[in-house]
Amino acid sequence: MGRTSSRDRMNNEINAGSMADIAFLLLIFFLVTTTILEDKGILVKLPPWSDEEPDITKLNKRNVYSVLVNAQNQLLVRGEQKKIDDLREDTKMFIDNPQKREDLAESPNKAIVSLKNDRGTKYKAYLEVYNEIQAAYNELRDEEARRKYGKPYSQLNRDQRKAVRDKYPLIISEAEPTAFGEES
Amino acid sequence: MSKFQKKRGKSSPAISTASLPDIIFMLLFFFMVVTVLRDAELKVNVITPSATELTKLEKKSLVNYLYVGKPTKKYQETYGTRPLLQLGDSFKRVKDIPLFIEQHRVKVPEVQRKGITSSLRVDGDVTMGIVSDIKTELRKAGQLKINYSAKPRGE
Repeated sequence: MGRTSSRDRMNNEINAGSMADIAFLLLIFFLVTTTILEDKGILVKLPPWSDEEPDITKLNKRNVYSVLVNAQNQLLVRGEQKKIDDLREDTKMFIDNPQKREDLAESPNKAIVSLKNDRGTKYKAYLEVYNEIQAAYNELRDEEARRKYGKPYSQLNRDQRKAVRDKYPLIISEAEPTAFGEES
Repeated sequence: MSKFQKKRGKSSPAISTASLPDIIFMLLFFFMVVTVLRDAELKVNVITPSATELTKLEKKSLVNYLYVGKPTKKYQETYGTRPLLQLGDSFKRVKDIPLFIEQHRVKVPEVQRKGITSSLRVDGDVTMGIVSDIKTELRKAGQLKINYSAKPRGE
């Protein structure tokens, strides 16, 4: 009699049903915590390498928007000192040239942004300038998209995007940096 | 016939769930093994600048990373405090870039090679000298699609 009862107790297994839940919990924990570090940034296409420097002197001067960043991270835009906060509006004005001024770009697709910096320029300052120019173009493209298709640029289809992009092509020419400033 | 039916009625047809944990554990191990986030131990301090016009990088397998920044405390004794380039796991010189790019390129299927992007994760306080040298080297290596890694700007 006693024997049977002890045997009964031995037969009592641990309920493995909750094991699955525990495993699930672990699984979800791992799925959640392993957030794959996502990378965002400004996508740039570099020009192919050639030994000779592109000659921008041949271009019509009114179409060139030259931006210089010196080692003190100061901006010189077309010969004038500018603040970074004004750069976006100024770039837009230059590219679009709504008043058809003589000294600004003939047409948006002829405008060229010429970027030059020093070896001592901070990367932060450089990227900020780049960001502002990119932003100016993005805004212009967005305005154009709304005007033409009544939709923001991000909602256009491929062909429409291309049409807008062709009207406002982003052409940035980067010159070899000068080496006045101190590198760190 | 009657015998057969009797037998069937007797045995309760409950599926044993005892093996369920094992299956889940198998899944768990699969995920644990697959998500090896070996994002290369960083030997340089990189705080990327912030920007607004960001594009998300898709397809991680098509991206290679170049880190530029000052060596971390641990390595400052041996390598100094000037900004250095880190490729993969170790400090490299700028002229080692073409090899690094090539090593990554052979791992990518041929049809996708056009989409290979080099992500420059550069510290904001680094000066442009080394960055320009890297860009020149990338251009020489024919790696033209690059990404200036940046953080979204909190506004």
